[in-house]
Amino acid sequence: MSWPHRHELETTTLLSRSQGDESARTLAGWVGTGGYERLRQAASMEPEAVTEIVKDSGLRGRGGAGFPTGLKWSFMPKDDGKPHYLCCNADESEPGAFKDREILRWTPHLLVEGCLIAAKAIRAEHVYIYVRGEFFPYTKILNAAVTEAYEGGYIGNDIMGTGWSCELTVHTGAGAYIAGEETGLMNSLMGNRAEPWMKPPFPAQAGAFGMPTTVNNVETIATVPGILEHGADWYRQWGTEKSPGTKLWCCSGHLAKPGNYELELGISLKDIIFDVCGGTPDGKKVKAVIPGGSSTAFLTGDELDCATCYEGMAEAGSSLGTASPIVMDEDTDIVVAMRRIAQFYAHESCGQCVQCREGTEWVVKILQRIEAGDGKLSDLDTLYELCEQMTGRTICVLADSVVFPLRSSMDKFRGEYEAKMRPSAVAVGG
Amino acid sequence: MTRRIHPSVVGAQPFQVATREGIESPMFEGGEGLERLEMALSRYPTKQAALLPLLHFVQEKKGWVSPPDMEEVATALDLTPAYVHSIVTFYTMYNKHPVGTYLVQVCTCIACHLNKGEEVLHRFLDEAGTREGETSEDGVFTVIEAECLGACGFATAVQINDEYFEDVSPEKVADIVGELRRRSV
Repeated sequence: MSWPHRHELETTTLLSRSQGDESARTLAGWVGTGGYERLRQAASMEPEAVTEIVKDSGLRGRGGAGFPTGLKWSFMPKDDGKPHYLCCNADESEPGAFKDREILRWTPHLLVEGCLIAAKAIRAEHVYIYVRGEFFPYTKILNAAVTEAYEGGYIGNDIMGTGWSCELTVHTGAGAYIAGEETGLMNSLMGNRAEPWMKPPFPAQAGAFGMPTTVNNVETIATVPGILEHGADWYRQWGTEKSPGTKLWCCSGHLAKPGNYELELGISLKDIIFDVCGGTPDGKKVKAVIPGGSSTAFLTGDELDCATCYEGMAEAGSSLGTASPIVMDEDTDIVVAMRRIAQFYAHESCGQCVQCREGTEWVVKILQRIEAGDGKLSDLDTLYELCEQMTGRTICVLADSVVFPLRSSMDKFRGEYEAKMRPSAVAVGG
Repeated sequence: MTRRIHPSVVGAQPFQVATREGIESPMFEGGEGLERLEMALSRYPTKQAALLPLLHFVQEKKGWVSPPDMEEVATALDLTPAYVHSIVTFYTMYNKHPVGTYLVQVCTCIACHLNKGEEVLHRFLDEAGTREGETSEDGVFTVIEAECLGACGFATAVQINDEYFEDVSPEKVADIVGELRRRSV
């Protein structure tokens, strides 16, 4: 059972209402619940008007960075005579995150509807939904929905008889985390290796196929139809001033009730872990939590009383990321866990930038050495130095993504690292 | 046999050791291959964008992508074989060698690691009677370690061909392997 568990802290279900309901996957089922009416509404609106509503709602990108969606859309040029593209990023592969696949598999028409509304706002003539290659079962569901929507006149020429036309294509990747980075995604779409490119040019200037492009996450796009239907103020009744709305949470690790939950932004992380997810399965203490997916900084078990919104998590010294807390109980070996996280990034580095290609491998090797009991204290200095060299010096943020958990794990769990050092190394200070 | 698909989903067909019904060369000069090529070309502004969809197609038919296949794809899209090779080797899901009837990918990334992912992997290797990255002698199983499969709340996640298996504990592995072995005969 993997659609959202229900919980009393759940004040509303904007995104997950139809999850678990198989009829919502079909066109008839979706239209029966009022689906595609928001698309009809958007098709007759001016693009700026659609963008304005989303801007007013304060919706922020759900892919991890939290950039304001309406503002991103407003960067798209006007009257430039070029084709515009929308890329929907369904390359979900951040360790800890498993929310987009629920949208793909339960409410594919919500995603299609959201994509077309966003396409209207940015004047796109073609939408590409880039789904990670491994998601075969969910891609099949999405494919069936897109085919049905095409046949029903909801995509393609003269959408719903409104005179507006837009194409939509589903495109699967072939196994590359870095294709989830927006420029990597566009490179992959174009038939290249999924290597990120240096910005500028920004996607809104020259993106996919050299044309103005917007890349939005699945969850962001799936939120748009509701905002359009009910308005910006309605959306702002949930969440905080700077982080309005709800979020699909992905809770994993040592939890009694792991899974997806739709929760209002801003509630306490402690409540999510203990109240919503029931704490650890056997009542053990929580040693650490990585709150936003594996690329965010560790919080200790004593730092969980923080607000789960973009600003609240930043204040706590970490970030909301994809809202994917990975919980580790008191028996967890932090050094081993960190090594496993670093291995992921070493495997997924695209190899363009030396700091990332070599740095991630160095981190893994040093951590393996410490894990094997053969480390020395100066290894920690080397790791800190690597953190310095891997931050802000590369094309994309993959290298930074390993630094956030690494540096915070050393700052907060230094004792665990030191306990693994060669005894002589500790005695002579490295 | 040609399956009818809508052009909008041409680039999104399951390709991880799906049917493996085989296809004669030249693949893209007629029949289903040409149809797939033309359909893909109709969905993108450039020819090169059809590259991943065509490689998916080759793997769907054959279970892996061989150097001669890369050459055929290169010819069909006016690319060099070397470039196509660089793409095939960049993406982990293209099999560069033939694999067993079942390609078992066990996630051992952080959330699965915390829930005995490595133990699940080793059970699969033992039950299948193979080593990591290799195929069992009977040709039924290839077992590999995978990076995050995006099912972290349902650890350990295992992908077998195009299916997901979730909440796989080490104890469940023998049954899964037994079931697949029965299916394969």
